[in-house]
Amino acid sequence: MTEPPISRGFRSRKPQTEQRDRVPPGQYLTTDFPVLSAGPTPSISVDNWSFALQLGGSLLAKWNWTEFQALPQTDLKTDIHCVTKWSKLDTQWRGVSFDTLLEAAGLSEAPTEYTMLHCDGGYTTNVPVADLKDGMGMVATQYDGLPLAPSHGGPARMLVPHLYFWKSAKWVRRLRFIEKDEAGFWESLGYHIYGDPWREQRYTGD
Amino acid sequence: MTEAQPVAGVPRRLLWSRAEVVSLRDDTPRVRSLTLAVADWPGHLAGQHVDVRLTAEDGYQAQRSYSIASPPEAPLLELTVETISDGEVSPYLTGELRPGDIFELRGPIGGYFVWSERQPGPLVLIGGGSGVVPLMAMLRHRAIAGPTQPALLVYSSRNWDEIIYRDELERLAAADPSLRIVHTLTRAQPQGWQGFRRRVDKAMLEELGVPALASPNLFICGPTPMVETAAQASVELGIDAARIKTERFGPSGG
Ligand SMILES: Cc1cc2nc3c(=O)[nH]c(=O)nc-3n(C[C@H](O)[C@H](O)[C@H](O)COP(=O)(O)OP(=O)(O)OC[C@H]3O[C@@H](n4cnc5c(N)ncnc54)[C@H](O)[C@@H]3O)c2cc1C
Repeated sequence: MTEPPISRGFRSRKPQTEQRDRVPPGQYLTTDFPVLSAGPTPSISVDNWSFALQLGGSLLAKWNWTEFQALPQTDLKTDIHCVTKWSKLDTQWRGVSFDTLLEAAGLSEAPTEYTMLHCDGGYTTNVPVADLKDGMGMVATQYDGLPLAPSHGGPARMLVPHLYFWKSAKWVRRLRFIEKDEAGFWESLGYHIYGDPWREQRYTGD
Repeated sequence: MTEAQPVAGVPRRLLWSRAEVVSLRDDTPRVRSLTLAVADWPGHLAGQHVDVRLTAEDGYQAQRSYSIASPPEAPLLELTVETISDGEVSPYLTGELRPGDIFELRGPIGGYFVWSERQPGPLVLIGGGSGVVPLMAMLRHRAIAGPTQPALLVYSSRNWDEIIYRDELERLAAADPSLRIVHTLTRAQPQGWQGFRRRVDKAMLEELGVPALASPNLFICGPTPMVETAAQASVELGIDAARIKTERFGPSGG
């Protein structure tokens, strides 16, 4: 396509802040915390909650809520970017990092290069191991010093902040190692298989 | 939401196209519909949305999502935009655009919050404010395709004058005995108003007979708090969560 058409009279209403370089293309800053999900918010009691690591169909490790809380916790302050265009800076999370989960499961390294995350409500999303290890991904149970609200994915959600936020799956319950990359829920409905906000990988083929 | 299946109408690659404004229509004091001619529009399903991109003279660009209001059968694309007064994009779309103006959009986007007349089961649509837009695409599609299943729209607006598509909804309901439209007016009601005057809640859905429907398809769209309440209420009324599809507009919503 040639030059984009100029919209006469349209201009930025947002003050140009020094934070501009933290906002990926096509995104705008919000101070709200919007909610996005495809269906009702499930209500999950921590008494019935567990988190599992799987290799294909076999169980590698499983923690109940108390056991999960007893694992070493990681604090992370990070920017998040939703494919519906909002970005939010300096969000504050606590949870268990992917590296810690591997270690607690007695694994020296991830058994495959890809993962599929499975959630209450049937939602799935795919994330490469390379985007989870070395502190890049965690299972978060606190936001801003408080237990994560159900509408934001509580009791526990994935957090992979350098990818579009649909990859940070809410109500996560299982991380399944898979041999080959596969599309999850949104990825098979037209959204990008990887989802890097800085390369604006919103939709299939971007 | 257990099965995720690719849906026809989601193309492999979404390119930016030029949309030309053909006409404008004021729906309410704060809402305007844009009828657009889009070059090479691939077609869409009722419930999908587009991304709009505006470019300022200094090269600054902004993108926002807007639901498609027109049914798949319509030759031109319609968007319906509510003016958010301190907003960046919506006041431009509703206040500045004139027929003949051109801007960019791409789509259709979203293969989950979609409905077609071929989907079996009664249709239940719950909308708040501009959240009615994708639901309207479904009702328009249904009217054209020929209704085979009953449908209910529960539509929450602040007051009578802010009901988007009010006359058209009335016409659709008058022409179709299997379509029921129920308004609730949350802030102010006209003299003699007999209808609901509160936000959508469990008791309302119960009174409207939603729990008695066999295998309904629910679509809920609007500000986040409304969507949360209506979806929660539906689950409590025994509706299978997998049959409830939601779309939440804009930040935390009003
Ligand atoms: C999938 C999807 C479909 C959408 N479909 C439609 C549609 O059909 N019609 C439509 O009018 N909008 C729709 N929206 C909302 C739209 O994308 C924009 O968010 C909205 O037009 C505001 O953009 P803005 O640039 O004017 O405001 P911004 O500059 O982004 O925001 C300005 C201020 O307004 C607040 N704000 C933003 N949006 C809202 C809102 N919806 N309600 C209350 N306060 C808000 C912000 O928090 C901020 O404080 C949709 C959003 C999504 C994600």
